[in-house]
Amino acid sequence: MLKALEERHGRELQRKFTSAVVAVCGLGGLGSNIAASLARAGIGRLILIDFDRVELSNLHRQQYKVSQIGRYKTEAMAENLKEIAPYTELGIHTARITESNAAELLKNADIICEAFDNAECKAMLVNLVLETMPEKYLVAASGMAGLGSANDIKTRRVAKRFYLCGDEVSSVGDGIGLVSPRVMLCAAHQAQMVLRILAGEPEE
Amino acid sequence: MVRVNGQNLEIAGKTVAEFLADAGYDPKRVAVERGGGIVPKTQYGETVLTDGDCVEVVSFVGGG
Repeated sequence: MLKALEERHGRELQRKFTSAVVAVCGLGGLGSNIAASLARAGIGRLILIDFDRVELSNLHRQQYKVSQIGRYKTEAMAENLKEIAPYTELGIHTARITESNAAELLKNADIICEAFDNAECKAMLVNLVLETMPEKYLVAASGMAGLGSANDIKTRRVAKRFYLCGDEVSSVGDGIGLVSPRVMLCAAHQAQMVLRILAGEPEE
Repeated sequence: MVRVNGQNLEIAGKTVAEFLADAGYDPKRVAVERGGGIVPKTQYGETVLTDGDCVEVVSFVGGG
């Protein structure tokens, strides 16, 4: 499988992907799609963090199955990723990320993806990473709800190692809430930015 | 003049906390960069914006 990826991406680039450690914080609509994309690309190690269980109401946009309802998202995602990309190493943490455990949970990550759904939790993690882990790259998301244009989802470089994906305004509280394609678009922006950072082309 | 998210504003002399409140931001949902570095949340009340500062306020909305 590694050989197949090397043939696609080139050996040098694939080695960058294979030696990378990426943390996905939250395994909902964003995180489950980010994790699947990064595993397919051959990222060497994914750290998957979520405290929640799969619910029926998640299935319209998250990469789980009816048979996985009730399971921890970390475990269900690990099961799915092992079928998609068995060569990706997984670190599983069924926990809520807080100011007190973040340093330990994220210490091995080169790049951190913020993939929460609550605005205050997003801001908490982003501030925490920027304040206490300035050496790490951070790819966060804000604004992907509703039926707005797909083309309004963007990636913006906010600071040297901080990227923000989304339209930055469409809140889950407005209108119809989240729909799968737009959430996947935003997750794809995040995953693509991770690959671009690893490839050494991080300007956006 | 302070440049905030690409706009020039007459807010020199205000603290970050004062600016956020005046502009209607919820401080629990933002991250504030000034001159390329993060302003720690605990320092919003004592960080005074000065002429020529370049500030980026990221305001998070729910959904993910």
